[in-house]
Order: sequence, then structure tokens, then C-alpha cells
Amino acid sequence: MRGVSDSENLQRSPLHPVHLELGARMVPFAGWEMPVQYSGIVDEHKAVRERVGVFDISHMGQFIVSGHGAEAFLNRALTNDISKLAPGQGQYTLMLNEAGGVIDDLIGYRTSEREFFLVVNASMIREDWDHLQKLITPDDAVQMANASAHVGGLAIQGPASRAVFAHVFASDGATYPERNTIQFGSTSGGMMWLCGTGYTGEEGFEFFMPASEAEAWFRKIIDAVKAEGGVVCGLGARDTLRLEMGYPLNGNDLAPTRTPLQSGLAFFVDLDKEEFVGRDALVKQKAEGLPDKLTAFRMVGTAPPPRPHYTVFWNGKQVAEIASGTLSPSLGKGIGMAYLPLAASKPGTPIEIEIRGRRFPAETCKKPFYAKPASTPPS
Amino acid sequence: MSNVPDNLRYRDSHEWIAASDNPAAVGITDHAQHELTDVVFVDLPQVGRKVSAGEQVAVIESVKAASDIYSPVSGEITEVNSALTNDPATVNTDPYLNGWLFKIKLSNPAELEALMTPDAYRAHIG
Repeated sequence: MRGVSDSENLQRSPLHPVHLELGARMVPFAGWEMPVQYSGIVDEHKAVRERVGVFDISHMGQFIVSGHGAEAFLNRALTNDISKLAPGQGQYTLMLNEAGGVIDDLIGYRTSEREFFLVVNASMIREDWDHLQKLITPDDAVQMANASAHVGGLAIQGPASRAVFAHVFASDGATYPERNTIQFGSTSGGMMWLCGTGYTGEEGFEFFMPASEAEAWFRKIIDAVKAEGGVVCGLGARDTLRLEMGYPLNGNDLAPTRTPLQSGLAFFVDLDKEEFVGRDALVKQKAEGLPDKLTAFRMVGTAPPPRPHYTVFWNGKQVAEIASGTLSPSLGKGIGMAYLPLAASKPGTPIEIEIRGRRFPAETCKKPFYAKPASTPPS
Repeated sequence: MSNVPDNLRYRDSHEWIAASDNPAAVGITDHAQHELTDVVFVDLPQVGRKVSAGEQVAVIESVKAASDIYSPVSGEITEVNSALTNDPATVNTDPYLNGWLFKIKLSNPAELEALMTPDAYRAHIG
């Protein structure tokens, strides 16, 4: 076995010293040096499904868009209808190029009548910023600020998230952020944005704070997470948790060459809006039909875990390469997603995955891969 | 601290070989299994395959990555640990006994001299 390490030219989270102190394995991710795991991916993954885990998400980007014209501008720049948000609400949305391809997926929140908070992917901060800047016209009455470099972030995920919240925020009088809501405020630890979001399929919240305050918050949260039987988690578990839910990862599952209709994200595209970047291409594609579709599959029988870029065969023909793939810690089976021809995307279609020169059977299936077991009613 | 038994020889890529036997068992070290964590799949070589020292012969997969395993010596694969197919995590829990990967009949036992002693390997993993 051989290891790879290249930490040159990578950005570091304000929590970097704590990760090292905790014995995290650090890896390059999206231009950042981030923890991939602490105790192990399976252990961390299961902790989030059963109890709770905390993730460093300081690498993610934050833009603040404000002004009289902010709502109209963002509705032109993004696919979802941001005018539907009341202050304190958020939505998943997409930034497209003119061809309808995905530049980035992000969460947009309305923090007040004329101010919005966007949380974007780490690898796309520069590109998203430049793209939005180019779309602003002199008539727009919009101001944009990029807070990414000054903000740290933590995600607390798992059924015990509410209990962790109670430990940490009880004395500040903050209320638990319900799904897709945001609160902006200041507490004894400084200003913060508290968001009812996550990337794991579990109950949870994410919060962003000044980078200088991040370490103190992280230590407080770790104590509370441990008190609730949880663990500190790395990006490895974040990836297996999101893939079990069928959530796309930009760069793997989303690309500038594929539209959100192909990615199965039509729900977050409001074609009733008169205008947004990429709309014409989507309307045309909808009329003409999709060439392929991001399709979930699972391995059948004993097989190595499917991984990105492995070749997918259908009816003996090479039809795609894997976008995302892993061993599902919850299911103990290989799972993945690939852009398959529509005729192959129906659940239950047999396909094959080529791994080290051998083809292994798989079949397409519905998302999510993992559904929470129904809780046992009290007797 | 990783366990480095005194009766084995080691390759710098973290494989061990039971150097006093022929055929000799080969596996990965305690340090290696700890670095990999969560072994979920093991791809073993064909019995009868002839390999050279340093040749890639097996693959160990964790959740995150597939890692190549190299043969410490030249020879012929005489047996593989098929129990790992159903229970790959044995590589984590018992890397030096039940977690062995394959046995190899050495064609040039002198190659063992080029491998690391336990002390050299301890220094290697620091």
C-alpha cells in the first residue's frame, strides 16, 4: 500500500489545529486540507445515523447579497424562485450556465427583506463569485460581499442534534433552527448564522461564525456531541451519508455539461419564472427529451465497492462512467449513481460495472438508497 | 503503537511475510490496517500465478479507497485466504494471523535479505 500526501498550496480551516490534535487524517479536498476521518468512516457514519456527529464545514463559501434589487437579481441568477422565501427561510437552488449546465448547487436564504445569504461549494467560491458579478448590471441596485475567508462553519447531524443544540445554546436563548430556516444573531460566542440544513438525511443544523470564534465553538460542540454518544466526523463519512440519500455532489454528479433536469433536480428549477440564466436551454431540452439521467444503482452479490469513473455497461455496451460510488456503511453494499440512457434508468434494470478488468452485476434502483427504519411504537 | 512482530520481514509498502516458512504467508501490517481502517473488500490473486518481487498482486479496499498490495518476494501463489471474501474486516482485527492474504512459494529466498527487519520497519513507520 502506498500513501499520498501533498499539502502544498492548500487552504486551511480555522479548525486545523484541533483536527491535528484529535488525530484526524488530513487530505486535500476542493483546494483545502480537510479531515477525511478521525476514528474511521464506518464508525463516524453510523454515529450520525444512530446518535450525532459534528463536521467542520469551514471550507464552504458564503456570499451576502443585499439591496433593493437583490431578490430580482438572484431570481435571474438562480433556478429556484427566491421570491417565495420569507425572511428566515431558505431553499436549495442552482446556478447554471447559458447552456443550462450546472455551475454550482447552493442554499439561498433570505435573512431580511432585502438581504440574502448564499452558501456555496468550497471548490466553486471564485467561479460562483465571478459568475454573479458578471450578471450584475448598473441598474440592479445590488451589493455583494464574499464572507468565505472570514467565516468558519460546523454541521451537527444525527437524531441527537436537538440535544446537542440544547447543551450548547440553551443559555443564549436561541431556538432550534427548523428545516430550511436561518437565524442571524449574536450570542456570547459572537455573531452567527444558524441554519436548519444538512447533507446527511438526518435531523441536524449547520452554523457559521467568525473564523476567530470557530475553535471555541468547535470545542463546545465536541463536548456536547460526546455527551450525547456521538463523534467528530470527517469528509469521508459526509460523502457516504450524502450518497446513501442520493444527494448530488458538485464535481462528481453535477457538471457544466449536464442540466438539473438530467440530474433529477427539476423540483428546484422554477420554469414558471420568466427569466433566469439557462432557462431557454432547459425549456428546449424538456421539449426534446433528456439524453440521459442521473440514475441510482446498487451492486448485486459480492463485489468491490463501485467508485467514480468506473465504466458502466448496459446490454453489453459501454454507456457511462460512475459519477459517485462507494460502499454504503448502512447497507453493507456497493451503491452509486451514473448518467444512464433513459431506457436504462428504470429501477430494476440490470447493468454491469467494470472493476479492474472484470464486470460485476448491478441493478438500477430508486433513491434514496437508505431509508430510516420505522421507529418502534411505544408499547 | 503499532504491533510489529519479531518473527516477520517487512516491505516498505507495509506488507509482511512469514520469512521462516516456504510457502510463506503474506499480509499487511498492523500499521497499514490502522491507516486503511474499515477494510470492506479484498481482491486476491489467482492460485498458481507467478509473480516477481514488488509486483502488484492484490487490492485491499476501504470505504474511501482501493490500495494496491505488492508481493515482497518472487514466486508462485500457492493459496489465498478465501475466508476474507466473507469477512474482509479480519484484516483489521487480526492482521498477522487470520488476516493473512496469500501464501507464496519463494523462487529466490535470497530476496528475503532485501526486506526490512522488524527494527528497520519500526523505524520506517516512526
